Amino acid sequence: MEILATGPLNTVQDLGRFGYRNVGVTTSGAMDPLALRAANILLGNAETAAAVEVQTFPFRLRFDRDGAVAITGADCRPVLDGVPLPPWWALPVRAGQVLELTAPVSGARSYLAVAGGIDVPVVLGSRSTALRGDFGGLEGRALQQGDRLVACAGGVADLPATGLGVVPPETALAAHFPARDETGTLVLRALPSGEHDLFGRDAERFWAQEWKISAQSNRTGYRLSGDPIHPDKPVEMRSHGLVPGVVQVPPAGEPIIQMSDANTAGGYPKIAGVIEIDLWRLGQARIGSRIRLQRSDVATAIAAERAVEAWLSDIRHTAAMVTDALAGMAGRQGRSEHED
Amino acid sequence: MNTLATPAIATATEAAKISMIGSRAFLVEAPGAFDLPAQRRIWALAQALEAQPDVQELVPGMTNLLVLLKATPADPQAVLTRLRDAWAASAEMDRPSRLIEIPVHYGGEMGADLPAICDFSGLPAAEVIARHHARIYTVFALGSAPGFGYLHGLDPAIFMPRKKVPSLNMPKGTVTIGGMQAGVSVLTGPNGWNALGYAEIEVFDPHAAHPALMAPGDTVRFLPERIEL
Repeated sequence: MEILATGPLNTVQDLGRFGYRNVGVTTSGAMDPLALRAANILLGNAETAAAVEVQTFPFRLRFDRDGAVAITGADCRPVLDGVPLPPWWALPVRAGQVLELTAPVSGARSYLAVAGGIDVPVVLGSRSTALRGDFGGLEGRALQQGDRLVACAGGVADLPATGLGVVPPETALAAHFPARDETGTLVLRALPSGEHDLFGRDAERFWAQEWKISAQSNRTGYRLSGDPIHPDKPVEMRSHGLVPGVVQVPPAGEPIIQMSDANTAGGYPKIAGVIEIDLWRLGQARIGSRIRLQRSDVATAIAAERAVEAWLSDIRHTAAMVTDALAGMAGRQGRSEHED
Repeated sequence: MNTLATPAIATATEAAKISMIGSRAFLVEAPGAFDLPAQRRIWALAQALEAQPDVQELVPGMTNLLVLLKATPADPQAVLTRLRDAWAASAEMDRPSRLIEIPVHYGGEMGADLPAICDFSGLPAAEVIARHHARIYTVFALGSAPGFGYLHGLDPAIFMPRKKVPSLNMPKGTVTIGGMQAGVSVLTGPNGWNALGYAEIEVFDPHAAHPALMAPGDTVRFLPERIEL
């Protein structure tokens, strides 16, 4: 497929590059892994297959061969050859068709997956683009107009002509994630981290207040703005390993939440860590929107993880059933018999 | 006055500080001084945990170790206890060590913070440079950017706090001091460490079998190739 139009910073991402933090390599990977996994499942891909993460719009491409696509994540009102598609939808495409994604009304990042997955070289175990380091993805960089992407061999061929959809997790999993405040503030669950108690009374202000996601936020980290918080006395830390979700407080007192392209090491005092299963929601939070951190525990995290896995498992079964039925009608072998 | 030297007395009986970051990462911080014996125990701890089936990744830092589990543990208290015991049981270990020699062009345009280091240390530029290349450094850990080595062994006379306002576009290869650590930057970009020279060196190749030039335990010597004052 050929990219006809793209904004800056749209990249090829899979679920991330693991095992190289100890040599300073960030994990990268989709900011909304649920959206990527669901898109891959709809297409019969391995969940780890690479897709395009679109975070600036419009994004337009032309398919140069027949295949299938899935578009998940933020609803970017996809249009295929002039025909609007529902959100969280997978369908067959033909060579020559043009797909356009436009700026979503809510959410921040959309995922465009193709049957087979995007075929770029695997570097250090992953196809994700590492913008810090200039490797992975397509030539280690963001996508540009005129780029051509190809799909790996394989992937499912049998999708209903009109497509197949999923109820988005925001709705399907609503019972397992905190509801937004009346004002629309996103509530994220977090555990206190190493230096939490050094913040004294400011720690309570950290949990109580709403923070705004500042314009200096990207895949590396979200900078929050609000009423600054400070430890009771300055903290000198030795550099240590970091994971996405860590909430650090630099001297100016406005927290930073590290995200998918997180630095692998740092030394600002850490007040909290967002639980991993809530990070996809933060990945979909827009610049200028508000969040609040809610004190949580591992039991809550594990319950949410199980709900997510059950939701994905449902998609897997439904998709397999539909494609098997179609394959049966066409007299071909269905998906469930060659599932990996 | 140099206020960065913070001598501390480490005793074998002191417990490590262990805390959680999010739902499945644990940070083990060695008590006591920022020194090689503490780091050698961190390496031993990493080795001891390597084979544990629930451990996904181990990331040594500066006298600390990030332990990332494969899954959120149902009983984090049990993990804390296990890590505390593992720390108590870990003795200092040697790591295989190679000597990496790095020729440096000191001063000039690429050593823009040399005057500030002179001011802070009260030493003339030639003395700062001499003290920088007189020492043999140990790679404590890699991190921050691909292949970046945190070097321990800096002469306390030239400790230099990180900048309050980072340089926006420090070139790759800049020879730097950050607090009591030394390093050579590996990416061009914002950097809060202090520049005193430049080295032409590739420390990371993502396509190589061993992508990083340095490994924890290696030693590094800077060779004064050129001094521009």
